[in-house]
Amino acid sequence: MAEGSQTVTGKDRYKSGVMEYKKMGYWEPDYQPKDTDIIACFRITPQDGVDPIEAAAAVAGESSTATWTVVWTDRLTAAEKYRAKAYRVDKVPNAEGQYFAYIAYDLDLFENGSIANLTASIIGNVFGFKPLKGLRLEDMRLPTAYVKTFQGPATGIVVERERLDKFGRPLLGATVKPKLGLSGRNYGRVVYEALKGGLDFTKDDENINSQPFMDWRERFLYCMEAVNKAQAATGEIKGTYLNVTAATMEDMYERAEFAAELGSNIVMIDLVIGWTAMQSMAKWARRKNMILHLHRAGHSTYTRQKTHGVSFRVIAKWARLAGVDHIHAGTVVGKLEGDPATTRGYYDICRNEFTEQRLENGIFFDQPWASLNKMMPVASGGIHAGQMHQLIDLLGEDVVLQFGGGTIGHPMGIAAGATANRVALECMILARNEGRDIVREGPDILNEAAKTCSPLKAALDTWKDVTFNYTSTDSPDYAVTATAA
Amino acid sequence: MRMTQGTFSFLPDLTDEQITKQIQYCLDNGWAVNLEYTDDPHPRNTYWDMWGHPMFDIADAAGVMMELQSCRKAFGDRYIRLSAFDSTHGWESVKISFIVNRPKEEPGYRLRRQEGNGRNMRYTTEPYADAKPEGERYGV
Repeated sequence: MAEGSQTVTGKDRYKSGVMEYKKMGYWEPDYQPKDTDIIACFRITPQDGVDPIEAAAAVAGESSTATWTVVWTDRLTAAEKYRAKAYRVDKVPNAEGQYFAYIAYDLDLFENGSIANLTASIIGNVFGFKPLKGLRLEDMRLPTAYVKTFQGPATGIVVERERLDKFGRPLLGATVKPKLGLSGRNYGRVVYEALKGGLDFTKDDENINSQPFMDWRERFLYCMEAVNKAQAATGEIKGTYLNVTAATMEDMYERAEFAAELGSNIVMIDLVIGWTAMQSMAKWARRKNMILHLHRAGHSTYTRQKTHGVSFRVIAKWARLAGVDHIHAGTVVGKLEGDPATTRGYYDICRNEFTEQRLENGIFFDQPWASLNKMMPVASGGIHAGQMHQLIDLLGEDVVLQFGGGTIGHPMGIAAGATANRVALECMILARNEGRDIVREGPDILNEAAKTCSPLKAALDTWKDVTFNYTSTDSPDYAVTATAA
Repeated sequence: MRMTQGTFSFLPDLTDEQITKQIQYCLDNGWAVNLEYTDDPHPRNTYWDMWGHPMFDIADAAGVMMELQSCRKAFGDRYIRLSAFDSTHGWESVKISFIVNRPKEEPGYRLRRQEGNGRNMRYTTEPYADAKPEGERYGV
């Protein structure tokens, strides 16, 4: 939208009283963002009658230096540098009353290597601002200069694969079910069967911590018995994500240290522990040669609706900076929210060396990763062996495919369920590498492999008709043909 | 037991025709193919013995298959794996790795447990074949 700068300058700028944000220097349509600026794209829905440019300027103001009235103390600072600048406002295609506002922030507004500080500004007070009906942080461009102040993933995809000695195919996992109620001893049984049957990993669920039915130590001890026994039964490296999420950092460190002492190669945390705790655990994981799995518990409360909250692509960027190694990023075909184009955008953020702007995937900016390690996306929730060709086609090979129900619910038992998944995976990778069109021939390839693998046959028969076809809430606003303006 | 390291260990042993196709896939991606052999299949035995250098300059799968046949002739009683290495920045590691030869009998692994304090356990995995010196483990 074209509306020239209305910034008031000189003495008049600092007269006591209330002044529109766009007049205070928070709307600068001629501003050219610097290479070192942090840029945010917000979707703003102004209240009826509120000028979108003023709303964008208000977001810039409230997420940087402004308050509701003019203050003379601005004049003690290099105020023009510290003001965030809304420099572009576009109408959202096919969404009346919604606008994309682009805002640039000087790098000196932020503390090095602190997601807590970054988020306190960008999604701090501003999300409750009354003149807006809704506000959503769609994407951010984090400059190389800022990316370099973060550790990044403790291990990264490449080193994780080297440590596990597993290459050329997605990793396979399963979440132990039922998610609550098993004793430590029974829990370890599920882990052993699944790993022996062919999975690489098993996983605690997000809400398995230390409840009356199972103390965390019991779980850790029995799980490590299961992991080691499965390693000896197969000759392969195995792992189980021990969830160390707890009430305090001291508790988390205690649990994580115990996991390390027992020889686990991976621990797990939940997103609900917060960004500071995640960064602490990422540093711990780097020190201890540990892979760090993040379950994105809670994210849908603010990522799912398009008019208010924070897009998951931004959460994924913050998580890569914060330094986790695994992040749940959607399955497309499973039971949880996830449009294919949008999910592709999340996966790119996790795995790219450099993420290019792709509006059709919801990626608003080029994003350099400055050699930060890559983060392994995890696909989990309502997937089964019969979808293997679709999963590999959509998600590629650097991903953990987690079949919880699809392993444990197998009619011939947990180990058979694991074997079915592993055979389905390997036959599909083999076929893909041979140049076959797996999307079209996928079902045939699976049926062929099932001839020599009765567990796979049983899996295909059991779940052949299971699909989750619902329209996604969070889909891109730009069509495939759109180009960058 | 069947040791299941490698990308395709859950499938029936690959035929030479199938191996050739996988090699071609690696070469088409610009990866260097490498052959290694061992008679110590411990899951953390990273450094298998190399059958020469990685084949940086071999352009067709038939050339790699000839090397594999020679390697099998010399070490047919051991595990042989074929891996491919990608030197692209940001990866610079193995892209695929699969078994192309196995001993006839695979006796498996012993899991040793050393009981520690507080039910803490020290685990050691030992291939049964390791009881004999290198070269005598799987017979000829």
